[in-house]
Amino acid sequence: MNAPNHEKILPPDGELARPYWDGAREGELRLQHCADCDQFQFYPRIICSHCGGDKLSWRAVSGRGRVASFTVVRRGISPAYPAPYVVALVDLEEGPRMMSNIRVEDVGNVSVGAALTVRFEPWGADHVLPVFELSES
Amino acid sequence: MRRARWWCVLANPGRALRGKVAIAGVADTAVGVLPGRTPMELCVEAALGAIEDAGLTRADVDGLLTCNAMAQPLMYHAEAMAEYLQIFPRYCLSVGAGGGTTFSIIHHAASAIVTGMADVIVVAMGDSLRSSLTREQATQVQASTGHPQFEQPYGATVPAYYALIAQAHMAEYGTTAEQLAGIAVACRQHAALNPTAQMRDPITVDDVLSSRLIADPLHLLDCSLVSDGGSAIVLCSAERAADLAHDPVYFLGAGEGHSHEHISAARSLTTSAAREAGQRAFAMAGLGPDDMDFAQLYDCFTPTVLVELEDLGFCAKGEGGAFVESGALAPGGSLPVNTHGGLLSHCHPGNPGSMFALTEAVWQLRHAAGDRQVAAARHGLVHAQGGIMSSHTALVLSREAV
Repeated sequence: MNAPNHEKILPPDGELARPYWDGAREGELRLQHCADCDQFQFYPRIICSHCGGDKLSWRAVSGRGRVASFTVVRRGISPAYPAPYVVALVDLEEGPRMMSNIRVEDVGNVSVGAALTVRFEPWGADHVLPVFELSES
Repeated sequence: MRRARWWCVLANPGRALRGKVAIAGVADTAVGVLPGRTPMELCVEAALGAIEDAGLTRADVDGLLTCNAMAQPLMYHAEAMAEYLQIFPRYCLSVGAGGGTTFSIIHHAASAIVTGMADVIVVAMGDSLRSSLTREQATQVQASTGHPQFEQPYGATVPAYYALIAQAHMAEYGTTAEQLAGIAVACRQHAALNPTAQMRDPITVDDVLSSRLIADPLHLLDCSLVSDGGSAIVLCSAERAADLAHDPVYFLGAGEGHSHEHISAARSLTTSAAREAGQRAFAMAGLGPDDMDFAQLYDCFTPTVLVELEDLGFCAKGEGGAFVESGALAPGGSLPVNTHGGLLSHCHPGNPGSMFALTEAVWQLRHAAGDRQVAAARHGLVHAQGGIMSSHTALVLSREAV
């Protein structure tokens, strides 16, 4: 069930993705890597979505990416999500795309193609969520 | 590039269905704000209307296809409706493909008639999102869209998911907010001609752009309505339809395309599986985009229509914005789109939304659409998608069986 609407939505626990969430707690963005085709994938699966292989292991990645697309949510989903906030699709340097938030003072500074760096944000009582900020320089 | 004949070269265009079935009856309930009406009542009223319109009785119906109602979820929706109507079908199923449910159902229903699973199928849907959905249910709908682990925690709303598509299209092709707004304006122009539409007051591009931002670049008027309403059709063999009350509207082509569920896992943000859906539907029909006299395109948000116009072959990729600006979509344009007003201006009661595009297509092809009739309409394309540009079905309908 979803959290009551005054709380942040928490990712449901699951065995497969645990290294991802443990990584976030330890300040690392970790993705599944396929030994057969040498590609990363996201979200985690029991097979490689590129080649169908199953030699998957978790590797820490750079945490760098670029904005594939974004929007500024002007009406938040609940009081736990004070608007405005940026929801983005992030193309990671290692290949995969993921959804995230971009934490930025002025939402007008976000653009498609902008360089991003991951950061880790406490989320609820004992979760940590990877979010992004605009890279310096 | 509109003349490219890619739709003629598919290996297996599924001709077994072409021209074999027809829509014989249609009915909509009133739409808009209908307090006190349950989704089941709307569904039943529409079904009875469509059966009567076809000149049939309940006893003739041996197939029933429905979709569940968000405001009144039932474990066995189609069975509950059959029970309510006291009909005893041999083919009875409730289908859930989000906004794509309507045409996905019609595709399956046509196959069911050709393969003998049923002779007379009623497709009926109704919901009352506007009047009956509780705040908790509405929040649930918003919050439960998206991947539970990797999307939902970031707080995207449904408009936000579609805004990601709009922003990507703008960045890649230079599409403007004004061009997106033009889609809402055209739908409202059609709705102004339709006495049943929920929103009929004319709007301008400036009105859209000065309505409040919901999720950049989408403004309030880029977003579809929230409505109550029900709609139904009767589908049977073309042969049987020829003996019924109205000129049949023939099913000439159907095609589907399914590319992803979650927008973060989409193959592309700017090219959707509407492309395959359209190619397959046109291949079955033996017709192409230029043969269509109108198109009813899924318009939950304005960018949805923009991408569909391109992917269904009505204009080249990236030229959707210019196509809208040309006035093509408006009444009297080269491709009138959503001649009833669409989800943006006619009504949007959730998953049943595209049923109203279907009944409208039938009235257009019967030449019974009143002030909004597209002159001499012969063929029309209807399209819907569910998810976030995830699951697409396109149909080619015609007043001619050939």
